[in-house]
Amino acid sequence: MRQLIKDRAVVDDRWTLLRDAAALADVPDGVPAIVPLALWLARRDDLSARGDIGVWLAPSDDPGALAADTGALPLIAVDFPQFIDGRGYSIARLLRDRHGFRGELRAIGDILRDQLFALSECGFDAFALRSDHDAHAALASFNDFAGVYAATTRTPEPWFRRGPSSDGCPRQRTH
Amino acid sequence: MYRYDKFDSSLVAQRVAQFRDQTQRFLTGALTEDEFRPLRLQNGLYIQKHAPMLRVAIPYGHLSSAQLRVLAQIARQYDRGYGHFTTRQNLQYNWPRLEETPEILALLATVEMHAIQTSGNCVRNTTSDPFAGVAADEIVDPRPWCELIRQWSTLHPEFAFLPRKFKIAVTGATRDRTAALVHDIGAQAVRDAGGDVGFRVIVGGGQGRTPMIGHAIREFLPAPELLNYFDAILRVYNRYGRRDNKYKARIKILVKELTPAEFARQVETEWEHARGGPGTVPDAEIARLAAHFPDPAYRDFPRDSVAYRAALADSRPFSRWAERNVHPHKRKGYAIVTLSLKRTGTPPGDATAVEMDAIADLADRFSFGEVRVTHEQNLVLSDVLQNDLDALWGRLKALGFATPNIGLLTDIVCCPGGDFCSLANAKSIPIAEGIQRRFDDLDYLHDLGDLELNMSGCMNACGHHHVGHIGILGVDKNGEEWYQISVGGAQGNDASLGKVIGPSLAAAEVPEAIVRLVDVYVGHRHADERFIDTVRRLGLAPFKERVYATAH
Repeated sequence: MRQLIKDRAVVDDRWTLLRDAAALADVPDGVPAIVPLALWLARRDDLSARGDIGVWLAPSDDPGALAADTGALPLIAVDFPQFIDGRGYSIARLLRDRHGFRGELRAIGDILRDQLFALSECGFDAFALRSDHDAHAALASFNDFAGVYAATTRTPEPWFRRGPSSDGCPRQRTH
Repeated sequence: MYRYDKFDSSLVAQRVAQFRDQTQRFLTGALTEDEFRPLRLQNGLYIQKHAPMLRVAIPYGHLSSAQLRVLAQIARQYDRGYGHFTTRQNLQYNWPRLEETPEILALLATVEMHAIQTSGNCVRNTTSDPFAGVAADEIVDPRPWCELIRQWSTLHPEFAFLPRKFKIAVTGATRDRTAALVHDIGAQAVRDAGGDVGFRVIVGGGQGRTPMIGHAIREFLPAPELLNYFDAILRVYNRYGRRDNKYKARIKILVKELTPAEFARQVETEWEHARGGPGTVPDAEIARLAAHFPDPAYRDFPRDSVAYRAALADSRPFSRWAERNVHPHKRKGYAIVTLSLKRTGTPPGDATAVEMDAIADLADRFSFGEVRVTHEQNLVLSDVLQNDLDALWGRLKALGFATPNIGLLTDIVCCPGGDFCSLANAKSIPIAEGIQRRFDDLDYLHDLGDLELNMSGCMNACGHHHVGHIGILGVDKNGEEWYQISVGGAQGNDASLGKVIGPSLAAAEVPEAIVRLVDVYVGHRHADERFIDTVRRLGLAPFKERVYATAH
């Protein structure tokens, strides 16, 4: 079974990602599956009855399309066709902060360990690391930084509200 | 100056450790070239013609003398003994070794410096007024706001992989010295009728191959909302900026395609969700940051220096230098001094390690230990006693930084060009030198007055040629280097983009073309009319005619 990083641990992935599913017939029974947004929107009633269906979004998809579903969906995945395509970071924040999604938010596609810290700050809690990367070694990257300055999904208060000190404040300069 | 607290220091140290690991993984083959490229770029490391190029961030152009000495040390120890001050107030090293860059970053960290986000498709170092905090025409000191933006933008996790690079300028003075109108965001601090600080927010300016003047999308943004509003702008850009074509990926293209009004509407809609939220900046935070920029221990003078006035009357060379290189200070008895890095024969913006050390010493002796970098690639001592100007001038002359040409034709803004840069189509440094040699008569130069000549070795426009009164662009024609001349560009409050006047010229023809442009100006100018104003009054036709009067 494919490995997944979930909540900062390496686990077995029980979900099947269906990148090309276009019809209900493409979704096998009895297997938790992640379907494209278009199929979800077309067959929401049939799919939601199963309870083991997640949805994946492409970078160009509107996360607002799932606004009514965020309470019920167990999993939403966001695709990164290339790791340099940063749209998924904003999609994650919108799903979490604006649309109230509390389920598993999974980064899929070209996911490298060097992105884990930023992805995590934006609200992702699951990472389908590219298969040529060592998931166990990658766990260290969650601790690349002690924190961030900006307000983020994982750290809703910006640094200036979390208590910067005046340690470094300089005295008046003289000659 | 802003001094790091423990959190700032730990982030920079962790960034060095992260980059050390990434470099190691690249060198052992665990990271491919394509995977490593964006990571090294976000740490300021390009692979250039001869060697990697490392760009060090100088946040909003402010340096302490201690920092400048470390920059000199790096130049000496890891480079070939010099550095290049850039048009974005940063410093570039042209000859570091890839394997040694983690060591350089570690050394920078010892003086609270780094190369984070000095390249790559992310928010870059913030540009600001080199006269911040001391300018006589300042409305709001931009430095606390710049530092706030530096912190917010550093490692901002949502915006690490934007469609393209993103440059922010902040100005707080009546006269814009930051080229705010040609930045992705230009934030102009203003005060409302009640005295409250706010920002006029300009979006979508830029240079490069599709130059544009920015549009004001909000005339008055209450200052505490600055970061919420920036988050909104960046989010709209991150989601909808083009990623299919790097030449159409800057925010200016999105603003143009949507129209500024529609872009503004989307930003305002996004902002409504964040407005008043945790990202709102409390007054206490700005006060905390402002406390990092106290006035130095100025002496009180009832009036400007009498001795200085006497020295001006006494010596024409001194007064000529003062006229161009000394600017009014907010305090009586003090002056702002610009050190010209544009002496003929030295690449514009270059300084050697020895010179950097000498300037650091002058900063300690004459200006409370601080140096600023201008986007015209000169250096500034911001707090010099008028009584000391004569002595400082003597020292600067000895060092070669007293060329009295600030704002004159030979104060050429110039990228490293084809001598160093792998993007360049043509050399720029020798062309600049050819022009400087042609205009070596100081009296004539001073008579010509304000005339900004900017040159870029390719259409990426690092030399800001679009906003030069005269702009020169290096182009490639069938493997040969040619130069396209434009006229009518300007930076500042009334920024405009220059227009190309005709077919490109060979390198040897460029100085003569500049002479002809200047001749037209001299022949037509009204009393005290600047070159750019004559161009605006006459249009391009007479300039074009003269330059192409005989076959080239």
